[in-house]
Amino acid sequence: MPNGNDPRKHTIAVLVENKFGVLSRVAGLFSARGYNIESMSVGETLDPSVSRMTLVVRGDEFVIEQVTKQLHKLIDVIKVTDLTDESHVERELVLIRVNAEPSNRAEVLRTADIFRARVVDVTAVSFVLEATGDEGKLEALIELLRPMGIQELVRTGKVVIARGPKARVRRVEPPRKPRVADDPKVVGFAD
Amino acid sequence: MKMPGARIVLECLKRQGVDLIFGLPGGAVLPIYDALYDFQGLRHILVRQEAAAGHAAEGYARTSGRVGVCLVTSGPAATNLVTALQDAMMDSIPIVAFTGQVPTHLIGNDAFQEADNVGITRSCTKHNFLVKDGNDLGPIIREAFHIASTGRPGPVHVDLPKDILVKEWDLVWPDQIHMRSYNPNYEGHPGQIKRAAKLLARAKKPVLYVGGGVISADASAELRELAELAQLPVTQTLMGLGSFPMEHPLSLDMLGMHGSYYANMAVHHSDVLVAVGARFDDRVTGRVDAFAPNAEIVHIDIDPSSISKNIQVGVPIVGDCRRVLVKLVEALREELRDEPPPAVGEARRQWATQLAEWKRDFPFRYEWSDDVVKPQYVVQEISNATGGEAFIVTGVGQHQMWAAQYYKFKHPRMWCTSGGLGTMGYGLPTAMGVQAANPGKLVINIDGDGSFAMNSQELATCFTEGLPVKTVIINNSGHGMVRQWQRIIYKERYCAIDLPGIPDWVRLAEAYGCVGLRVTKPSEVVPAIEKMISTPAPVVLDVCVDKDECVFPMVPAGGANTDMILVAPTREVRDKAAKSQTGF
Repeated sequence: MPNGNDPRKHTIAVLVENKFGVLSRVAGLFSARGYNIESMSVGETLDPSVSRMTLVVRGDEFVIEQVTKQLHKLIDVIKVTDLTDESHVERELVLIRVNAEPSNRAEVLRTADIFRARVVDVTAVSFVLEATGDEGKLEALIELLRPMGIQELVRTGKVVIARGPKARVRRVEPPRKPRVADDPKVVGFAD
Repeated sequence: MKMPGARIVLECLKRQGVDLIFGLPGGAVLPIYDALYDFQGLRHILVRQEAAAGHAAEGYARTSGRVGVCLVTSGPAATNLVTALQDAMMDSIPIVAFTGQVPTHLIGNDAFQEADNVGITRSCTKHNFLVKDGNDLGPIIREAFHIASTGRPGPVHVDLPKDILVKEWDLVWPDQIHMRSYNPNYEGHPGQIKRAAKLLARAKKPVLYVGGGVISADASAELRELAELAQLPVTQTLMGLGSFPMEHPLSLDMLGMHGSYYANMAVHHSDVLVAVGARFDDRVTGRVDAFAPNAEIVHIDIDPSSISKNIQVGVPIVGDCRRVLVKLVEALREELRDEPPPAVGEARRQWATQLAEWKRDFPFRYEWSDDVVKPQYVVQEISNATGGEAFIVTGVGQHQMWAAQYYKFKHPRMWCTSGGLGTMGYGLPTAMGVQAANPGKLVINIDGDGSFAMNSQELATCFTEGLPVKTVIINNSGHGMVRQWQRIIYKERYCAIDLPGIPDWVRLAEAYGCVGLRVTKPSEVVPAIEKMISTPAPVVLDVCVDKDECVFPMVPAGGANTDMILVAPTREVRDKAAKSQTGF
């Protein structure tokens, strides 16, 4: 068991008002308080007036407690949820431009295949691969491709959703009608 | 009915109950000043520099309990205001600051007097707004006042592009404010309050440590009730001064870096420490690992992020200080119905005896001199002359600490000082705001010569606006607090601290139409203070004091509160201090 006081990565979901300047408020908080963001991704939710940010932050318990409280103190922040110790699915997308000389073309494709990565662009000397997965999978893919010569690498940052029938990071107004996915039998750990 | 945005701003201020604003006009806010020309029921006080408008709004807010308002133009005016905003942020003072902005179509064009105002004030306000649509003016102003005055109070900034002020809009004024993302918690958790009451009922060495939150929440009466109910000694932070009468037998005066020996010892040895509306600032705690090492700490604060930020807290209670204290008094009364065990009663008697001994043996003290005026003496005589019934404002530095140590505070909301940010130059403009909020009352700005010089231009405002602020300059011809640190910690390597004799403050005061007085001998102090108080005009009383005087007791930065230096240190103490971690 990790000691609660050891710094580790936390994944925090933040619901915010979808207004201009909110991103800079959140980013500014981190720089002003001396916390580091490892990754951050933002997008609209079902309710277009609300955006959801997924932050990955490294810190011990006290730092994360302060991060959470300080985030919540921002006026435009509606809800802050630390999903680290919840059962959750995390995904990140990566685009990789990798050398594809005749000598290693097949090897690149085989590797891509193992990781269920897709070739989305191809030239005589290179491939662009698209892969999704959790951090471990993507790191493994990158490590295997590295010897072949990675030209360029772009990552989206993590997005995370809790497992199970209930939203851990609730929308502000509850949904009007029960939906099919609310039936626990329908939802499994499919991935 | 449609009207220009500028007029809407003024109408909204009026609906919000604002009757006084501090400001300085300029290009981008000219539409508002044009609307102000024939607008009834809103007094405008013209300051001489924008930071002064912000500080004056702070003084107004702190002493009246209402939101202070200031209005300045774009670019340099907004950047000048930043100091006051951060000051209000650190000390949780509710102000709403309006700045002008270039027209929306020019934003981002590096237009004349353009600055990214909201970008700049983002980190030094509780919240800020850029108005991009005139229909939002009413709702935004409503929200701005709501945010500034609720929860943990603080500054809110509203940036007003010029075209929004010129174009005509309908006045939209929401009846209610509903913000799904902002709902401060006022009621403390009943279970935690009960735990706190149980701890207090069984405490052998309890101490209440109270801060500015008690004043913001108007909780002084409830605090006193709690203290008297269980005979709990009370120490106040710099921001909390006035929340508990200093002449009360349970008062331990101020704690912290320049606090009383007895307050710091009491906190250090306490077994239950109840912090009320205070935030465990480094100037209070000293070295955190040596702060109140044996105490179970209860922390009552409206701001959850204050709790366990610097010091781990055993019993956190998030809520409004007044409401929580009311509940805590009830709960404690309940607990006290059963007689505490005899051991507790005996320990409490010993604790009271111990505190009384410390108070008797280590009071605030200084060496009297017949030849040179001691700064502490000046504050004592101001305290005597006013009987603790004057509004006291200070600058930042040695004089500020002496004011905090030697003035006998009686009432809340009668003390304004820059506690968190330590803004030199805070004194005079803030005193102006205090005077404007409290016409006919005695307002004394105890300032230093270095600090006063930073905003002395506001004497002009005092004169023209009929604000008879009394300034007492504790004049030691230099930056005294810096000098003190260089003397004690930097081995007397004095650098960049001398402010020799200029300007002549008496003549400067007279140049601004104010009355100037000077004192150089101890025997002249009392008559000069009396003369100052009885003069109806703004007065500057220049008191030339002993420049070698230091503020004691003192905890060197990074030291534990038990490492207090009580008197002018010997070389060996200085060497010890020099080895401690230093820094302002």
